[in-house]
Amino acid sequence: MILSPELECMNRKDLRVLQFARLKNLIEKIYANVPFYKEKFDALGLKPSDIRCLEDIKKLPFTTKDDLRQTYPYGLLAVPQSEIVEIHMSSGTTGLPVVNAYTQADMDQWTEGMGRTLSGAGATRNDTVQNAYGYGLFTGGMGVHYGTQRIGATVIPISSGNTEKQLMLMRDFHSTLFTCTPSYALYMAEKAESMGINVHDLPVRAGCFGAEPWSENMRKEIEKAWNIKAYDIYGLTEITGPGVAFECEAQDGMHFNEDLWYPEIIDPETGEPLPDGEKGELVITTILKEGTPLIRYRTRDITYIMKEACSCGRTTRKIHRLFGRTDDLLILRGVNVFPSQIEHALIEIQGVQPNYLIVVDRSEKTHLDDVELHVEVSIDQFSDETRGMEALRSKIEAVMKSKLGISVKVKLVEPMSIERSIGKAKRVIDKRNLYNKD
Amino acid sequence: MGIQQISIFLENTAGRIADVTGVLKDAGINLRAIMIADTADFGILRVIADDSEKALAVLKEHKFTTRTTDVLAVHISDAVGSLHEVLTIFDKHEINIEYIYASLEKTGQSAVIIFKIEDCKKAKEVLCDIGFDCIDSF
Repeated sequence: MILSPELECMNRKDLRVLQFARLKNLIEKIYANVPFYKEKFDALGLKPSDIRCLEDIKKLPFTTKDDLRQTYPYGLLAVPQSEIVEIHMSSGTTGLPVVNAYTQADMDQWTEGMGRTLSGAGATRNDTVQNAYGYGLFTGGMGVHYGTQRIGATVIPISSGNTEKQLMLMRDFHSTLFTCTPSYALYMAEKAESMGINVHDLPVRAGCFGAEPWSENMRKEIEKAWNIKAYDIYGLTEITGPGVAFECEAQDGMHFNEDLWYPEIIDPETGEPLPDGEKGELVITTILKEGTPLIRYRTRDITYIMKEACSCGRTTRKIHRLFGRTDDLLILRGVNVFPSQIEHALIEIQGVQPNYLIVVDRSEKTHLDDVELHVEVSIDQFSDETRGMEALRSKIEAVMKSKLGISVKVKLVEPMSIERSIGKAKRVIDKRNLYNKD
Repeated sequence: MGIQQISIFLENTAGRIADVTGVLKDAGINLRAIMIADTADFGILRVIADDSEKALAVLKEHKFTTRTTDVLAVHISDAVGSLHEVLTIFDKHEINIEYIYASLEKTGQSAVIIFKIEDCKKAKEVLCDIGFDCIDSF
């Protein structure tokens, strides 16, 4: 079902008029209230009045994740702090977190986006939504929570983990829809088997999965294991959290909530906009955002905007399931990790430029990401005793756990044993095959 | 002071020990003692060579991760209880042993036992005072 047909099924021409009005208003506000953006505009000799049509958006400067870090914590605030009602930030990033500050109106948009997302998966007020995304600073848990309230469904705010209890509540409270990372959905199904619960006997009929990359094959596996429909959802903390784009019953691309967030696809090398149907980097402008609005935010996610109209009746354009990223971000068990974070931690321990290799695989048994870090032992660190070497390994593991927030298995390897490459070093072997598809 | 032992860090992969012995063989180096300490992922190969300096040089040349350690080599008669006697002496003097292994001796009358001890000098003095034969080279 469609939550807000007046907006989601709007005539495209009217939608563009609405988008432009919102964009125009946003630009004027940030030029007046956010020094960071005023400086960017001034450097380009750009005035808000230079933006005369929606296409002029390409004249505007980009915003990058780095910009967000440099303006931490409140540098991008466009309203007095008293207007802010909630704050979220991204997990496990290098140094400073990336912050999103919401006014009440921003919360309403997020709630609307997530309400539409759950509706896209067929949820109504009669449903019970078991929300197994983590609650807290992470946007996943709270985002889904607000969305269920928007549609009036019953929410079970169980948060992530505690699989046995998940299954127990699912059975006892007749959860009809659940939300978590796709890998956790598969893990739960197997755990159920070992507990003697047949998940096909549970009333669950759909799930909304995201927060980590997954493939079309994985969708098929989840759907088969649970006998449910598995829907892909898209969002990011910087923009709002989950709820930016979602799949409808067609399960063919994610409807972008264009009246709330304006999408563009650009060539990541040149920054030039690309037409619909062409693959490139997704760039988003938060046209309605009040707290920490972003102009042309570079998501680093690779996709394309689909040209075809959808059979569901929504007129909002769809983005294709993600193809990958333009940077080397690794999403490990739902946590964002850049290889450079691992490198910095190793430099702290080893005191020299480390040689390392990150090997990521998805366990066939648990469907969770297994991370193995190969570290070349430096001569200085080589101890004649196994005890000393084991201590070194434990130390690296402990530091990784505290810096990255995930468990990493460390393997000490001989110097020069990790393959050297000319130019950019190959630091990651990802065997998960996340973006394989179609 | 003691005997120089060479430790080599090795990954647990097939043929890796043979890589070491190959390098030593090509350099004409004879081994006097050898032992390996292993874990699931890696091993530490400890050797005593007839020409320690040369062995070290060729191993480094072949990019092996090496470290030298002083160890104590003691002649012990090939008889029941003789090792126990030495260990009892160490115990009495509160000398901690990190590891022990035997060397390759041909005489048949005695064995040379290698001790890795934190305070190698003290252990040597203690044994020599009692009349043990601590050797300085093979």
